[in-house]
Order: sequence, then C-alpha cells, then structure tokens
Amino acid sequence: MSNTILIPTALRQFTDGQGELTVDATTVGQALDQLVSQFPTLQQHLFNDDKAVRSFVNLYVNDENIRHKSGLDTPLASGDTVMIVPSIAGGL
Amino acid sequence: MSTASERPLPELTNEEIARYSRHLILPEVGIEGQRKLKQARVLLIGTGGLGAPLAMYLAAAGVGTLGILDFDIVDASNLQRQVIHGTRDIGRPKVASAKDRITSINPKITVETFDTQLTSANAMEIIKEYDVVADGTDNFPTRYLVNDACVLLGKPNIYGSVFRFEGQASVFYAQEGACYRCLYPEPPPPGLVPSCAEGGVLGVLPGIVGCIQANETLKMILGGGEPLINRLLLFDAWKMRFRELKLRKEPTCPICGTDATIKHLIDYQDFCGLSKPVVPAYQIDEVTPIELKQRIDHNEQIQIIDIREPHEFAIVKIPNSRQVPFGQLVRRKDEFDQKSDMVIVCKIGVRSVQAIEMLKDAGYQGKIYNLQDGIMGWANTVDSSMATY
Repeated sequence: MSNTILIPTALRQFTDGQGELTVDATTVGQALDQLVSQFPTLQQHLFNDDKAVRSFVNLYVNDENIRHKSGLDTPLASGDTVMIVPSIAGGL
Repeated sequence: MSTASERPLPELTNEEIARYSRHLILPEVGIEGQRKLKQARVLLIGTGGLGAPLAMYLAAAGVGTLGILDFDIVDASNLQRQVIHGTRDIGRPKVASAKDRITSINPKITVETFDTQLTSANAMEIIKEYDVVADGTDNFPTRYLVNDACVLLGKPNIYGSVFRFEGQASVFYAQEGACYRCLYPEPPPPGLVPSCAEGGVLGVLPGIVGCIQANETLKMILGGGEPLINRLLLFDAWKMRFRELKLRKEPTCPICGTDATIKHLIDYQDFCGLSKPVVPAYQIDEVTPIELKQRIDHNEQIQIIDIREPHEFAIVKIPNSRQVPFGQLVRRKDEFDQKSDMVIVCKIGVRSVQAIEMLKDAGYQGKIYNLQDGIMGWANTVDSSMATY
C-alpha cells in the first residue's frame, strides 16, 4: 500500500519545501496522521482544536471531496492520491 | 434588474463584422453569438493580475459593455504581471489606466468605471446591472462578498485565484451548481494564509488563470460549450500540470442551500475575523529599527534572527543577522541562547509576530523582541541605501 499526499504551495514551508509525500495508509485520517507526525507544525493548519478538518481546507481523494465520502474515514486504495486544497485569495 | 434577455440583440455593423470575422466563422459563435457578446454586460472586480487579461481579451472579443471596479492606483510592483498597465501609468488610478488600454484595443465597446472599493453597501446596486461577474480580487472578504451578491442576484461568478505558482479557477453559479461557500464554507483566520504581497506570484500565472476566466466568461455569454460549473480547475505553473476536482452544491450551504440563512449581504470584514481586535496570546515586545541600530552600535549582546526565506534574505539583510526560516524556527529553537535578547526580523513585522507566538508556544523562555515594520522599516528609517521589495 502506498499513497501520495500532494502539498499545496502555501503549506510547503512546513514540509521542508516538499510538494509530494508518500505514506502507507488505509484511510485519509491515517495518511494525515502520518504526515502531521512527520511535520508537526502542519497540525494547526489542517485541523481545528476539535481535531476536525478546518473549513477553509478541502481534502480530495483523487477527484472526490472526502466531505462527500466518509470524511477522514474515507478508505484509501493503493495508488490513491490525497490532495490538500486550501483556499487562496490572490488575484492582484 | 437588467438581464441580457430583456435587452434587444443588437445588429453588427460591417466594420464589426470585419473586426470579429475569426469569431463569425466559428459555428459555435457565428453572427448570433457575436451579437450576444455585443449585448453582454460583464463586471470585472479588480483590474490587477487576473483583471488585466480578462479586460483585454473580453474587450478584444467584443463584449459590448465592460464594468471595471478597482480603488487602487498603479504601483511599480504591479507591472511584473498587470500587463494592462504600463510604466507611464504609475501613480494613476487603475481604472483610468485600464480604460485607456481597453479603448485602445477596442474603441467600439463601452467601459463603465467604478473607482471604489466593493462593499456590502454598494455591491448589490453595482452587480445587478451586469450579466456576468468575474472575480479578480485579492482578499477573502471581497471573495465572499462577490459570491454572496452573485448568489442573491442569480449571476454567474467567474472565479480565479493565484498564489506563487498555483492557480484555481471555477464558475460558481448557484442556479446550476456549487457556489464559493459550498467549497469553502469559511475563510481562514487572518494571517494564516499569506497574500501574494507576502508570498509572491509568478507574473505569468495570473495571465493564464485570467485567460481561463475570460474563456469561461465568453462561454457563459454564448451559452455553449461545457462551463467550469461544479468543477474546480487547479493549475501548477511550476510543474505545468492541470488537475480537475469535482464540486457539489452543498444542501447545507448558508447562502445557496435548501434552508439558506443568509438573505442579505453581511459584514464581510467581521465574517473574515478582521474587525475584531485580535486578542494576543502573549505580550509581544517590540523594538524599532532605530532602537535596534543603537543597541547594535553599543555592542550589546543580541541575536538578530531573520525568519524570511533564503531567497528573500538574499535580497537584503541586516548586518550580523542570522537566517532561520519561519518553517524551521521551532525545530531549531535549541540553537538559540535563551540568556541573551533575541530580535525576530521579517519583511514587514507581521510574520515575525506569528513566529514569536510559535516560539513561546514551544516553550522558549528567552526574551524576544519583534522588529517593528520588519526589514522594510529598517530600510526606511536606518539605512536608506537599502533596496525595498
């Protein structure tokens, strides 16, 4: 089992600049736990104090939002990609 | 409320037929499509990086009326990406400069300028006169304001957003699919997501994303093709990769859901957490650049820690400062001498406050000062020979 997590530019300062990380997980929650244990400062950017995913962060497995699947319990098959999609506002 | 269907479809002059011939020979546009473009009224919120290509291509395409809204003036640092403005426009209102450029591209179209900020007080009045709105703003309060006004008025919101090398685009049209709030119910707390002014942006990126918005705007007017409704397009300019994600209308969305609770525009500064004073978790001690210079001149024992990224440190630095990037600060806190005073330096003195809070959260016991106004403050008050960026 191997899954890729895609880190958006805005969060790469907390992952030593890495945009793609590989984890071994069976759910999205597990994959993020592994990510946060490797880079603890990501915790506050992904989760609120109640350990829920922050409302300006969307998590996708392939092209589906986990909000429309089973949330953090959404299962991961080998090769699935987890993508973190935070809101960005820049335009000017 | 003005809608395109209530206005007569204008005829094209022979001059216009010659000008738009490459459109007219496309069966998907044709004479009827070009007349729809001439009839259309499009509002561009912001004439910056995204607004520049939007305005120029929509003008060239023959959109009959372009509304342009911006309260800013042209600054030298805009010209790296805002190609609608030129060097001689520095200091002019952006709407005036943009109007000149649009008129030089296509004198046949009407330009309506709003040299003002979009607010809850004026948004409904301004937006209701247009058929399509393209959002090229740079801040969260205006993003939510544009979304909510478009949902309440039933207008499509052509969305684009950029940061560093990454862009997002979509068409938020609540009558047919998800709105911005369905995707992002709430904004991030202030300060957590850096702006382009802090994080930078590749100049060509808003050009690409703005062109995608222009493309979607034309399709909404023509009523053809497959619009980006219920799809979020992500673009990574550095990897040159597009990805497409599915969006869904959220039944619980507070503005476009089945039991919507928002019936009128709200206070968006407040919604984005910008109007209430932030209660600091710690007392932050500040030092002005001049005070710091005096302490250095008196050979005081101070650790000057610059938390900017290496490429920013390479532009300008304070003598004898040490660079420890923001993202590594907590991990490397044991490298610092807790017995001597520390001054944290960033570009403008904002990220440094977050850095101090993070160090204190992590249990750092030494005395820490924030350099007021950051290295730009140093350049303005201590060393006028230093470049600003």
